Amino acid sequence: MPNDGPTPLERFINGILPENPVYRQLLGMCPTLAVTGNMKAAMTMSAAVAFVLVCANLITSLIRNLLRPHLRILVFTLTIAAFVTIVDRVLAAYAYQMSKELGPYVPLIIVNCIIICRCEVCASKQPPLTALSDAVGQSLGFALALASIATIREVLGAGTWFGLPVLAEGWWPAWGIMVLPPGAFITLGALLGVVNRVSSLRSGKPAAAAN
Amino acid sequence: MKNSYIGQAWLVLSLSLVFGGLLAGVQAALGPKIEENKRNETYDQIPDLVTLRNLETGEVLVRADAGKTVEIVTDDGKVAYKVFSADDKHIGWIIKGAGSGFAGRIELLIGLTADASRVLGMYVLDQKETPALGDNIKESEFRDRFHDRWTEAPLEVVRTITGTAAANDILAVTGATVSSESVCKIVNKAVDEFKCWLDARTSAHGDPADQTGPEED
Repeated sequence: MPNDGPTPLERFINGILPENPVYRQLLGMCPTLAVTGNMKAAMTMSAAVAFVLVCANLITSLIRNLLRPHLRILVFTLTIAAFVTIVDRVLAAYAYQMSKELGPYVPLIIVNCIIICRCEVCASKQPPLTALSDAVGQSLGFALALASIATIREVLGAGTWFGLPVLAEGWWPAWGIMVLPPGAFITLGALLGVVNRVSSLRSGKPAAAAN
Repeated sequence: MKNSYIGQAWLVLSLSLVFGGLLAGVQAALGPKIEENKRNETYDQIPDLVTLRNLETGEVLVRADAGKTVEIVTDDGKVAYKVFSADDKHIGWIIKGAGSGFAGRIELLIGLTADASRVLGMYVLDQKETPALGDNIKESEFRDRFHDRWTEAPLEVVRTITGTAAANDILAVTGATVSSESVCKIVNKAVDEFKCWLDARTSAHGDPADQTGPEED
């Protein structure tokens, strides 16, 4: 199979910002909105997605020459489901309270479009090293996006960051709405606007044309 | 061969076997630790699940002392927790119930009086119901609806309560009737099975400690 397509380094860099799964591809919205109420939950979710993405990309890349076109989605889903179940069990064993807090969002990683998209776009066409760097880059991009949303929501909503107080009590009236579902939509919308504005300024084109 | 079903699906079948084995290994390695976490959570819930209240005023009369709990294995191999008050009086039981919900398996803890005539409380140990709808079964607003329910008649889910509710009516979580019904079914089944076991045990041993004290009401 000819090795055309982006190099491992390009895949890695693209995943972090230029093709950020949340801000540029608008994938994985379910965990992005649901588990960004505080940093601990957001980072646990990012780690879980990173593990599944790396494993699924590697396995898919290793068996890419055996894939039949009409069965490939089945193979992707099977692979992803196996690793998600492992993450679910590991969290239940070693981070029980976090496992309860994340609840069904861990099993829902199975239907996270980011992972199946990377299997389809990269891992099923490129060798393991490229698939690995793609998975790491996309995972970092996803973690960065979740961290940015969770930081704003937790700091403004609860006055804390990773549970540690950062805004003095009494000085900052915690905006309860920020840790509730509406806060997730408001924060994501505002940050998407900022990202689009910055990228349009950098490319010198109007915001609408940049997309 | 290439176009036969096996010829096309061999990769899916092989991967299923490999992943199945992998998951079995993970479950074997982590299962005991997960069970221990659930057991610790059960013990944390004991005082809330077995609290005897005055039925008219709702005033708390006696709460369970988790440290004095005794684990008993029932005839069908299930674990029941025999719960005592701080002054060593047997005041209730905690039993486990499990069954399918809307999206996956639901595991419950159910608090009962010592004679299993009344449900005292319910706690959701594990569930994978729809976020923001079905998973509201774990919130106290729904769980509190199981306080002090007589076990003579099975509990039934109702969507709305107009006028006077029947003694065994449980108001469903809004938008999650299936999850609410699943919880009620699990509670009814677990309580029925436990009462059978308890009746057989009481008639065999005549254990007076299993009788509820008169002072609770």
